[in-house]
Amino acid sequence: MRTARRNTVAVDAARQVTLSQLDGSGRGGKWKGKVFSAVLVACIVIAVATLAAVLLHSFVKGFPRIDLNLIRNMPSSLDRTTSGMQSAIFGTIYVMVGVAVTVVPLGVSAAIYLEEFADKNRWYVRFIELNIQNLAAVPSIVFGILGLAFIARGPLSLGFVAYAGSLTLSLLVLPTIILTTREAIRAVPSSIRQASMALGATQWRTIWKQVLPSSVPGIATGTILSLSRAIGETAPLLLVGATVFVTYNPDGFFSGAFTTLPTQIFSWATRPQDEFRILAAAGIIVLMAVLLAMNSFAIWIRNKFTTEW
Amino acid sequence: MTTTPHPKATPHPQAARRSVAPPTGVSVMETVGLNVYYGGFHAVHDVDLGFERNEITALIGPSGCGKSTVLRCLNRMNDLIPAARVKGQVKYHGQDVYAASVDPIEVRRRIGMVFQKPNPFPKSIYDNVAYGPRVIGMKVPDMDDHVEQCLRRAALWDEVKDKLKESGYSLSGGQQQRLCIARAIATQPDVILMDEPCSALDPIATGAIEDLMIQLREEYTIIIVTHNMQQAARVSDRTAFFTARPDETTGNRTGLLVEYGLTSQIFENPSDQRTEDYISGRFG
Repeated sequence: MRTARRNTVAVDAARQVTLSQLDGSGRGGKWKGKVFSAVLVACIVIAVATLAAVLLHSFVKGFPRIDLNLIRNMPSSLDRTTSGMQSAIFGTIYVMVGVAVTVVPLGVSAAIYLEEFADKNRWYVRFIELNIQNLAAVPSIVFGILGLAFIARGPLSLGFVAYAGSLTLSLLVLPTIILTTREAIRAVPSSIRQASMALGATQWRTIWKQVLPSSVPGIATGTILSLSRAIGETAPLLLVGATVFVTYNPDGFFSGAFTTLPTQIFSWATRPQDEFRILAAAGIIVLMAVLLAMNSFAIWIRNKFTTEW
Repeated sequence: MTTTPHPKATPHPQAARRSVAPPTGVSVMETVGLNVYYGGFHAVHDVDLGFERNEITALIGPSGCGKSTVLRCLNRMNDLIPAARVKGQVKYHGQDVYAASVDPIEVRRRIGMVFQKPNPFPKSIYDNVAYGPRVIGMKVPDMDDHVEQCLRRAALWDEVKDKLKESGYSLSGGQQQRLCIARAIATQPDVILMDEPCSALDPIATGAIEDLMIQLREEYTIIIVTHNMQQAARVSDRTAFFTARPDETTGNRTGLLVEYGLTSQIFENPSDQRTEDYISGRFG
């Protein structure tokens, strides 16, 4: 959300520059415009170069440790050269499966209600809409504290287990899923709903048979992008029990300690020994690969199933 | 069943291209004192109309005269607009479709609708036609056969029989509109409402739809809203002319029925000056 707003500001500024160049308005408009364009280009270069540097550094450093030991072995502080991250990989899988099965039904249902049923003139509907947007901008550590107080302890008292992490991350990405699903549902033309209703279909059947199938690409894209945000989160998980050193896989969603890839990377990166830093770099490569795969899958789904109206 | 013949339907002895039987007294659909409001806005004022079996009735008039609103009351599609209120009665075989005991879903199963812009579902041609029977749980002995029958009646079968699995969007605009007609008759309604069905089509596609309407008249009661007076004159048996009257205090335009009669009479010998002005192109 915040990124989007920043983008808007940048786009507006760029447009202003272009316009002032076109009509030659303002004293020295042309010169100022050139400087401004240069600044903008510099910003892009800095952003891309930083990302490239991080990736390149991790890749060069971690590449020697991209081997089967990484998957086969548990983390170890003794065998630094053969230590793996199996528990972190499994922990991440458990947590992410938990997030997916929780947040997709919840988020899609909420979006359907808000788009298709809620009366948008009611004050409480507008209040909910406003707060969903606010929620999307809340820092993730706040959700971590919430998870600690209400999920791991307090009313739910799940303990420090994988599903506590899943629920916390679900709360974190729920607003994003709701917003993207609403966009997808809104993109279905009302003429399709009317055609279905005019044939004698109920509103429920119309949503189930026409609106949802048509919005699957948008929902899937939003879901995958949300999950790829969740998979990289560390801070909220630290608060709900993702311990930094676990040498066994989770027993299940509701029992056993767990750790995740980013937590494990965080743990290794803070060690003084160089072998662990190499391991951290290898972990980053794995995480990046998973993220890129998920994002590519999202793009593929969007392109394959998008309906041209 | 009410048996009152329609008061404003004026039988015309020299009925034009087709001999139109005088109203049998049992209109398939009838509106009695129909008023429609959108919030505080009075959209349609006191409309009394009767629609006869196996006839095409055209609703014509300038923009904003409420003809589409009247059409959408007939199958309760106005229910989908939250602020819309309907007063008066809309009778289908004598039964008021706005009675509290009537389920709007049931009404729409019996009264089909074709929209202004062709709006096929983003599904295959086959599934577009099969959708209606499937969602209402209609008993169809053989769906393949039923789909073929509907496409044949919509004069589309020969053009699509080899590509039933292709998307409805692969068709041209006119073909899409005929697909929408096939879709509408698949649930076996006895009335078909058409809301400016040709306004998005070229003249050749329009001609095809008009021919189709004349064929469909043998089996269905058709009510069409059109902006195109020539179209009304070409296809319809009866014509209702609407106009809009500005409110003296608010300036809001309320639609009202000016004249209703045989198409030949409306076009050749209108009894109201406003109808004559509109027909002869002096306004609207």
